[in-house]
Amino acid sequence: MIRIGVVGLGKMGISHLSIIGAHPRTEVGAVCDSLGYLLDVLAKYTGVATYTNWQRMFQSADLDAVIISTPTAAHAEVARAALSAGLHVFCEKPLTLSATESEELARVAADAGLVAQVGYHNRFVATFAEVKRLIDANAIGHVTHALAESYGPVVLQPTGRTWRSKRAAGGGCLYDYAAHPIDLLQWLFGEPSAVRGTILSSIFSTDTDDEVYSTLEFADGVSAQLSVSWSDESHRKMTTRLSVWGTLGTITADRQALTVYRRGAAPALDGYGPGWSTRNITELTPSVGFYLRGEEYSAQLDAFVAAIENPRSRSDLRNTFASAAATDRIIDRLLRDAGDRSAAATTA
Amino acid sequence: MDRLLFGDNQFFGINHMSEEKARSQAIRFQDASSILEVLEDAYDEGIRTFMCTTHERIGEICDHVREHPARWEGMVFFPCMPYAHKYANAVTEEGMLGALRRFLPKGGTIDAVMRGGRSFATKDIEGIITLLVDAEMAMFRGLPTPVVFLQNVVVDLLLGLGFDEAFAIFAKHVAKRYGAEPGFITMNLPLLLDALDRAGIDNPIVCSNINKLAFRVSGGLDGYERVLSSRRFRPIAMSVFASGAIPPREALEWIHEQAAIESIVFGASSAHNIRSTVRLVDAIWSDAAVVPPVLAATT
Repeated sequence: MIRIGVVGLGKMGISHLSIIGAHPRTEVGAVCDSLGYLLDVLAKYTGVATYTNWQRMFQSADLDAVIISTPTAAHAEVARAALSAGLHVFCEKPLTLSATESEELARVAADAGLVAQVGYHNRFVATFAEVKRLIDANAIGHVTHALAESYGPVVLQPTGRTWRSKRAAGGGCLYDYAAHPIDLLQWLFGEPSAVRGTILSSIFSTDTDDEVYSTLEFADGVSAQLSVSWSDESHRKMTTRLSVWGTLGTITADRQALTVYRRGAAPALDGYGPGWSTRNITELTPSVGFYLRGEEYSAQLDAFVAAIENPRSRSDLRNTFASAAATDRIIDRLLRDAGDRSAAATTA
Repeated sequence: MDRLLFGDNQFFGINHMSEEKARSQAIRFQDASSILEVLEDAYDEGIRTFMCTTHERIGEICDHVREHPARWEGMVFFPCMPYAHKYANAVTEEGMLGALRRFLPKGGTIDAVMRGGRSFATKDIEGIITLLVDAEMAMFRGLPTPVVFLQNVVVDLLLGLGFDEAFAIFAKHVAKRYGAEPGFITMNLPLLLDALDRAGIDNPIVCSNINKLAFRVSGGLDGYERVLSSRRFRPIAMSVFASGAIPPREALEWIHEQAAIESIVFGASSAHNIRSTVRLVDAIWSDAAVVPPVLAATT
């Protein structure tokens, strides 16, 4: 059994806690949060060991690994301490608020031989993984353009009272929402050679952005547009969509379905003829041992556990501190391109 | 429970197969009147149970049914709570405690305030759970709600946390306050049955994905088939068509072979689809009526 601690019991932390609680090869070692009331309830009804101080938890809870789901601004400090305590780390996204810091954490984790993963769960959504497989297999020829979109109804009025409404704490549409499609673009096409035309604007928030638009250029003539808003009530929940155009076809994918159009000249590929093909999550998604809110949340923690158990499988990890640091570098470039002087000053 | 229960995912932009379809349904059903039209079709085909989330638009449906008791004679509601996105979005906006404050009754009855106040003072979760249940149940006042469900996102969250006591609190409260049987929706059937056992809930009503394709059948079909044949509980199957991935007859014939399944919850947005599902179920269950065991349906 791998003993895992959780630091930060917000929406993601509680969800991770539940998944590792049900996982047959992990046990919940301890939890840490600043909200005493929540800790009392969990201790009383689930018997878990609780801490309000994460340093103390790392010292005394006899953990193998830790999940960090604090507000983003605290990730760097907690992750550094966890790695130096010899713990494998699963950290929520984005990894940190500074690409330089993320790169350094990736180095520390690699040097220590520890598993260091980040919660970019879209890489574990079967339809997006299939997009990656198709592009790598040249299924639509040479890719010329992609559109990565996310929309959802998080901030619909000027009343935010949590860390998510402050950019300095890691709040805002860029860090919270856009990080996901940016990470997907990076997974598909690597790091951009140029970032242009970035718009980070506020609709309701006073201390951060509510919508993010940008144009990214990658190697080999691939361009991409990013269109993200967390102030869109027409979506019931966060909805992420990828569209990719190639010389021999197009792919569109969301969490539920993948639709491919391939021209006659496209190379033969199992399951995809010329013309239209549609594949749904019902056929693409392997079932998980325990389901909460989506297979991807369990699948990413399964991968984390497998990598801890079997060091040889670590090179297969779908995302790491190193790949998340690359995503943070793109986020920094968007901030600079948008002319955000204060952000540029802290990340330079 | 009836053999066929009418679900409401199709009315709220929930479609596990296609976001495009979900969106076009969300557009079509943005007014309660268009939901009512479909419900009337279902009623006219003999459906008498509406298994529905506590979405605010369901409140309008409840108002209508209360105002037209003759049109809806015999209609019962199986409320499923909570409508989780409302809470999730509030947590993002206001944090855990802020969200709780928003949804607990403000300046309601003395009873509510007293119980709420004591809850926070003694850190007793029971008062909070019962207050939240009462808030969600308000829209059903005066309507028959013989079974009250806890939604899978909450059930499975509590299940993973090992918070078994919450199931017992919920069960006790809906029985006492509403004279209802507790129901539990889950994506993790075998694990949940163990937890409900520990919580002391006998012969529970449990609704979960059960389909031939094993779509969202966590841990695989074998485990589900094992508990269906060996455990004492009242199973309701949902996602029997795996969002359209299994042809209807094939899907329902397979369900019919799982003798323990007591009810099926299905969604449809046209009179044609409702009728064809009702007739298919009638045909499959009556053709096979000579083959024991016959399913018990108390319509």
